[in-house]
Amino acid sequence: MIALPAHPETAERSSGLRSAYVHIPFCARVCPYCDFAVVGGEDDRISDYIDAVVAEIAIEPQWHRLDAVFVGGGTPSRVPAAQMRRVLDALVVRFGIAEDAEITLEANPEDWTQEHSDTLAEIGFNRVSFGVQSFDPVVLVSLGRLHTPIQASESVAIARASGFGSVSVDLIYGHPVETEDSWTDTLRTAVEVAPDHVSAYSLTVEPGTELWKQVRSGAPAPDSDIQADRWEQAAEFLAEAGYVRYEVSNHARPGHACRYNLSVWGQGEYVAFGMGAHGYRDGVRSRRVRRLDTYIERMRSGIGPIQSSDVIEGWNAELERLMLGLRRTAGVRSGEGGEALLASPQGARLIDAGVLAVVDDRLVAANPLLTDEIIRAVLDLDEPA
Amino acid sequence: MTDQSRIRNFSIIAHIDHGKSTLADRLLERTGAITEREMREQMLDTMDLERERGITIKAQTVRLGYTANDGQDYILNLIDTPGHVDFSYEVRRSLAACEGALLLVDAAQGVQAQTLANAYLAVEAGLEIVPALNKIDLPAADPEGAAAEITGILGGDPADVVRISAKTGAGVDELFERLVATVPAPTGDPDAPLRALVFDSYYDAYRGVVCYVRVVDGELRDGDLIRFMATREEHPVNEVGVLTPRSVEVAKLGPGEVGYLITGVKEIDQIKVGDTVTTAANRATEALMGYEEPKPMVFSGLFPTDGDDFERLREALEKLRLNDASLVYEPETSKALGFGFRAGFLGLLHMEIIRERLEREYGLDLVATAPSVAYELVRTDGSESTIRSPQDLPDPSEIHSISEPYVRAMIITPTEYIGTIMELVTNRRGEVGNMHYLTTDRVELTYHLPLAEVVFDFFDNLKSRTRGYASLDYETEDYRQSDLVKVDILLNGMPVDAFSAIVHRSAAQDYGRTMVDRLRKLIPRQMFDVPIQAAVGSRIISRETVKAKRKDVLAKCYGGDVSRKRKLLEKQKEGKRRMKMVGSVEVPQEAFVAALQVDD
Repeated sequence: MIALPAHPETAERSSGLRSAYVHIPFCARVCPYCDFAVVGGEDDRISDYIDAVVAEIAIEPQWHRLDAVFVGGGTPSRVPAAQMRRVLDALVVRFGIAEDAEITLEANPEDWTQEHSDTLAEIGFNRVSFGVQSFDPVVLVSLGRLHTPIQASESVAIARASGFGSVSVDLIYGHPVETEDSWTDTLRTAVEVAPDHVSAYSLTVEPGTELWKQVRSGAPAPDSDIQADRWEQAAEFLAEAGYVRYEVSNHARPGHACRYNLSVWGQGEYVAFGMGAHGYRDGVRSRRVRRLDTYIERMRSGIGPIQSSDVIEGWNAELERLMLGLRRTAGVRSGEGGEALLASPQGARLIDAGVLAVVDDRLVAANPLLTDEIIRAVLDLDEPA
Repeated sequence: MTDQSRIRNFSIIAHIDHGKSTLADRLLERTGAITEREMREQMLDTMDLERERGITIKAQTVRLGYTANDGQDYILNLIDTPGHVDFSYEVRRSLAACEGALLLVDAAQGVQAQTLANAYLAVEAGLEIVPALNKIDLPAADPEGAAAEITGILGGDPADVVRISAKTGAGVDELFERLVATVPAPTGDPDAPLRALVFDSYYDAYRGVVCYVRVVDGELRDGDLIRFMATREEHPVNEVGVLTPRSVEVAKLGPGEVGYLITGVKEIDQIKVGDTVTTAANRATEALMGYEEPKPMVFSGLFPTDGDDFERLREALEKLRLNDASLVYEPETSKALGFGFRAGFLGLLHMEIIRERLEREYGLDLVATAPSVAYELVRTDGSESTIRSPQDLPDPSEIHSISEPYVRAMIITPTEYIGTIMELVTNRRGEVGNMHYLTTDRVELTYHLPLAEVVFDFFDNLKSRTRGYASLDYETEDYRQSDLVKVDILLNGMPVDAFSAIVHRSAAQDYGRTMVDRLRKLIPRQMFDVPIQAAVGSRIISRETVKAKRKDVLAKCYGGDVSRKRKLLEKQKEGKRRMKMVGSVEVPQEAFVAALQVDD
């Protein structure tokens, strides 16, 4: 049976998945809009870093067999396949990986040669997510990307040839240099290269980034109304091409929704490894140190990488279940928190405004573009006495 | 007891910053009333607000010993007056306790409207005026011009105007001599029944209400049973004394003397300032001056920004009222702002002072609604009432007529600004009265204006039009019938009581448009379109729309982001908590403050 990306059943089932996230921080250089835990031009530390990650995997208490593995970055495709193999092997040794597990790697088109692609497929990756961002060269340059539109198209074909069972492309819309036509062309080209999955993100000015500094000194900021138009344009275009929007920014063909991410939005558990990575296991969310040197040093000296952790339980966990679940097209089972929301004046106001809807026993963001209005109201709910 | 012929009772009349406090300090120092160290302490004791604004809010009184050039010892009682129009009743009471007034004018700035208004009050009260020019040491000083202005108004010879510098002390000796020579000695009847004027009072946590009194006839003795003629209350005298400025207890105060009186009364409104004290046993028949209840002229709603502060606001108002019987307030409920008080003030300055004291001394964060005045309403059924809040105005169909208070405004200005002032006054429904040239280039203008127009940013406007050169004073005159309407402001169809205003029909459109325009900029986009309308009755006179927001969602929320994104949303939520709900519309607290700000 093929899982329909936006079906409530698909959403609910993913809550039971067990995943692992591995963070690879290395990049050729840091993109101006990026605020992830990344380093530019430090590839000489790759080997030390993978040693540390492998060591961290080895000390994680034993757990279930993994249903999904997600290697994100940074730019994991910069890491030699032999090093990536060490990581997957360590996961297999420690936890085991299910036969039908989804094993994803994030990649940049400029790194994606046929040889590299073949090797990664061979060592076990079956899903690849390309940081395409745009098929408009002007937008690509403005985003500080290093690949060309042609490279982006080719990388998808290469991955197919290597036998990757699921290919995704990431797009970013709403940069001030982008026009409506440019975005239309990007969407059209994306559909032409026929990935199984498309993530389309509005460009966000994150505090502390290069982009943020530029905007602060007077560069034009992304316009949120234009971004709303682009979001609608993408939803419509991709739907016509057979992609189902199953989360605010994610679209997939049937059977190709990202299981790792679905599991996160379903409040499923995941172990995490690498600098800056967050895990959520046994009701505890843990955060690892965010600096490369510190992370490696801590692993070497045996201190361990955890910077802090929070227990997510009771009402707090209930609110978080809603917060995560509401981002999905399938919405979230109403439950205790949903009852409280619907009974509150804010809940009534959201329903009146057509932002929140109740479908069967589920809360659904009727206008996904205003989802955060609902989430803020959720986070404001007091535990019923 | 001092022989009346050796007593001189006087006030100082001066404009803000013309140097009254400095001169008072100089007089205290010169007569050895206090040491330099004590003087600093005394400065510290006065309210911050008074020092910052350079004004006196509570009258102060001091008894000075002075040996004149004729070799005689004199007692000079300086009865300080509040220097502002809002407090003209207080000024009149203080003047009633004196035989003379020192008119102090800044030699560089010349006569100002408030000084003049108070000088007229002094002349009306039959006081002898001793004019003096201060700050003659300043390079910009024009003693000849300023002296000519004074004598142009009050008569006399410019050469007789005393020239001093309170800062350097120059001319202060001459001033003392002039006061002794010019201010008449009191001429009370020592054998007549006691008559003493209560010209001020304050509340002391330990001693109860302390009255400042000026004895006119007879003697005020410790232990006597006294009677307040207006309130007809009788109390034993617990203590009498003089202020040097320290309180020094004495056995009695005789005719012409000034001092304090304590009776054990604990509540400030039980003793009416302006009342006459006599002895219960040997009553006087005629009071010294007519007593008036302080009459609030300007009203404003005061609401705590945080609804939980309502009780603190109540307590703060109670404490302020302990010392200020002219402050009146009653609870008021606003749909938009919650629970608060409608407070009445003597005038704009009084209102500002109270507001600032509430915020500074009591740490309260307040929203104040636009100031309004008291309207006299006659309904179609003939019944009459006073309207102090736009909320209380009935439907137009029930209104027969509305009258509003008018003031006589006096403006002193350089002649070049006459045109622009005329324009301002005409815009504010004013009627031109007299024009009186003080000198060839300074003129005193008199107008009749609705008080409502004066309280609404008139003074700021006057200042900006005249680059700060014009000064203003006003006194209330009478009530006149006007074509007044209530303008309501509606958010998403729901009237916001805090924004309603009573305005002249001709100004309704303007008020409506201004408020709608301000709110359009202040109200953030919501989940739906928010129409903002101004209406008179059911007629919409202005309209704008805050378009619905399109996008309010984070682009990403993945495994590694959950905590961070949650924190971000929690923070945004805190911002929302500071919003007030008006119907279904979220209005930021700042929007109320900003929309109600008088100056643009």
